[in-house]
Amino acid sequence: MPRIKLEPRAQSSRLMTYLSPLLAVVLTLMGAAVLFAILGRDPLEAYRAFFIDPVSTLYGIGELGVKGAPLILCAIGLAIGFRANVWNIGAEGQFILGAIAGGGVGLFFEPLLGPLTMPAMLIAGALGGLMWAAIPAFLKTRFNANEILTSLMLTYVASLLLNYLVRGPWRDPQGYNFPQSKPFDGYAVFNPFFTGTRLGLGALMALLAVVGGWFLMSRSFLGYQIKVVGLTPAAATYAGFNQKRVVWFCLAISGALAGLAGVNEVAGPIGQLLPTISPGYGFTAIIVAFLGRLHPFGILLAGLLIALSYLGGEAAQISLNLPVAVVGVFQGMLLFFLLACELLVRYRVVIGAPAVQSIAA
Amino acid sequence: MTSRGGLGSVTPRLELRGISKSYPGTIANKNVELSVMPGELHALLGENGAGKSTLVKIIYGVVAADEGEIRWEGRPIAVHDPASARRLGIGMVFQHFTLFETLTVTENIALGLEKERDIRRLARRIEETATKYGLALDPSRYVHDLSVGERQRVEVVRCLMQEPKLLIMDEPTSVLTPQEVERLFDVLRRLAAEGCSILYISHKLGEIMALCQRATVLRQGAVTAQCDPRRETSASLARMMVGSEVLAVKRPGEHKEGDEALTVTDLVLEPDDPFGTRLDHVSLNVRKGEILGIAGVAGNGQTELLRALAGETLAPRSDTIRIEGANAGHLGPAGRRARGLAFVPEERLGRGAVAELSLADNALLTAYLGGNVAAGMVQSGAVRDFASAIVKSYNVVCAGIDAEARSLSGGNMQKFIIGREILQQPRVLIAAHPTWGVDVGAALTIHEALIRLRDAGAAVLVVSEDLDELFEICDRIAVMSKGRISEPKRVGETDIDEIGLLMGGLFEDKQQAVSHAAD
Repeated sequence: MPRIKLEPRAQSSRLMTYLSPLLAVVLTLMGAAVLFAILGRDPLEAYRAFFIDPVSTLYGIGELGVKGAPLILCAIGLAIGFRANVWNIGAEGQFILGAIAGGGVGLFFEPLLGPLTMPAMLIAGALGGLMWAAIPAFLKTRFNANEILTSLMLTYVASLLLNYLVRGPWRDPQGYNFPQSKPFDGYAVFNPFFTGTRLGLGALMALLAVVGGWFLMSRSFLGYQIKVVGLTPAAATYAGFNQKRVVWFCLAISGALAGLAGVNEVAGPIGQLLPTISPGYGFTAIIVAFLGRLHPFGILLAGLLIALSYLGGEAAQISLNLPVAVVGVFQGMLLFFLLACELLVRYRVVIGAPAVQSIAA
Repeated sequence: MTSRGGLGSVTPRLELRGISKSYPGTIANKNVELSVMPGELHALLGENGAGKSTLVKIIYGVVAADEGEIRWEGRPIAVHDPASARRLGIGMVFQHFTLFETLTVTENIALGLEKERDIRRLARRIEETATKYGLALDPSRYVHDLSVGERQRVEVVRCLMQEPKLLIMDEPTSVLTPQEVERLFDVLRRLAAEGCSILYISHKLGEIMALCQRATVLRQGAVTAQCDPRRETSASLARMMVGSEVLAVKRPGEHKEGDEALTVTDLVLEPDDPFGTRLDHVSLNVRKGEILGIAGVAGNGQTELLRALAGETLAPRSDTIRIEGANAGHLGPAGRRARGLAFVPEERLGRGAVAELSLADNALLTAYLGGNVAAGMVQSGAVRDFASAIVKSYNVVCAGIDAEARSLSGGNMQKFIIGREILQQPRVLIAAHPTWGVDVGAALTIHEALIRLRDAGAAVLVVSEDLDELFEICDRIAVMSKGRISEPKRVGETDIDEIGLLMGGLFEDKQQAVSHAAD
């Protein structure tokens, strides 16, 4: 039997490092075509329904931003942490806590705060996400608890908390017993910027996060420390960088950005608190972060691409009668091809001859 | 060609013909010819990176050659893995030990032997073999309790149990005291007399001249000379190895003794690592304008001491470590840097530098206290100027300051790190193993830089296992053994033998007496 093994390449091609996400997208599209064909649809027609129709109107383009903004906000924060080997997997939970904290301010303090409601909601949302991410940060720096587990588990706690609130104390009395809060009102509503779209504050904040994230990582000394901690912790110790502070910072910033995404989502496009405020933005943001090569501008493009897959899934559901699970399959394929391409950029497959019979001793 | 006339007619035990091996970007071996006779002590000599390791890995079946033929007792063979090499009768003692610390000597050896199942019988055999060659070894002890020299004995005995016909020793003496080296040589001479061939890899010329009958010299992957080392001088061997005349460091004359710059008083520190060494009432002081050397066999607390001096482990009391008289024991690495301390760590890539980052980025790693960072922002212009200055003044061979650190050779990376630390004009410099694994030219640059820094009035502490290096550059030498440190000796008033005895731990009684007297 031939032996197949992976050998590290002496030098990974710089060009291929940047091309690999594109290659992954192309491979995913090919995979999707096969999938559509198996499901009995014309691949070209399905492509059009999936990728072109959704953005053929102004409203559609706006929706791209609406779906992309929470993904990008979460992914920027996650990517900063991933650079430092801080694996926050719980952006989903921080997103929900941001929605709860910001939404709570909007629901109960709007009459009191008046025009200050919006900034107060944003601050509360960011703090909500930050506090939720502070729990894994504390557990990691104090007890060396793995942040992957703690942040992931806290996501389920957050989701149950939201469910409890909208089914219990915060339920809309006029809501026909549906699990939902009262709709936001007056100053608590984040209106769209452009008429004809739902594009609003969330998209603007996502853009600001992209620029801010780039500035942090490529210009500031803190960003430099984050990179060193992630690449070579021993060098960070030697240089005297405070690694606990870096862990705290990474979790705090990613929690705050996810929280901001959460409050923008409920106060903007959704308009009230529901049990299903996120179609998994916090988890999908992990794919976005890696598809964007952990680079803020890459994340911007990746976020829009994944947003398109959400829109396309909805459209294909309506016009082609495809199951909504196609979106999940599509995103899964994308991540799979991305990781595969990345692996092959750094390693090469060697199919060697089988070991010859041992020499007689 | 050889000293024993009769050998010429005998078939070589091992013969390499035209061995070549290249890795992407480098040629490790180029058309290498080598033959080792039965019972011959054969040296493989070369600088770091000359291709010695690759060549022995090919012989031992760890790496496959691209081209060439290996003949064993006259027959061409193919060695696919270390197991088949061992079946042929090739044993190898690696430079870095391959022992499990949590197992006993017997258990470790049993792991390498396929046939032996009965542990008690094996323990008896180990003792027999060890006694036969005068290698004191208790088979029931756990490896983590053994000193480095004893661990090497385990490795040697493990090879001897398989009754090898060829024993490969890769830089075996770097972890031994001079006296232990002598004992090892006796064993090797005896083995050779019994007909076992020894392939002895080293870059230490003195050892090769004392031990070997024949030497093959490698330079940049190719054989550059074959000689009888007993008839050569160190200078001529060095010339074969390096390819040009080797200059010695010019020792400056008297140094002016200044105030205490780095003072450690009665430092006691329990290790974090269960197999680490406890620092046992360590006291030392380095004065301005001197180089203090700390000799000792690896694993006697040097790592722990260096971490404590750099501030990576904090001292239990702030006054146990003082920099220029001010308490510093409570300060972390950044705080001590602010006081004028600079530090060259033992590992280059992975601690002293980040492999994936450019030289410019690596220049910033410790040089963030000056103008390179302002208001939290990296001043990339200043950082790049600083990186260029290091590259220029220390002759760092690289593709430019945007080259990744991992693309540099060990010697050039070390010059860069030393340069980065010295150009920050420290008042105290701590350098760990500054020329370990570095080529002769780079070592010379580094030694001169350390001496220049000393002459400029800084205090320099050098921790090294290389006694020749310490005698070349230091003003005083202290010895570390089992977490204790000896009274430093002036270089002019001691010699390698005395330091070697201290390395074996012979100062302890005296020191205990001193501390009792103080009680």
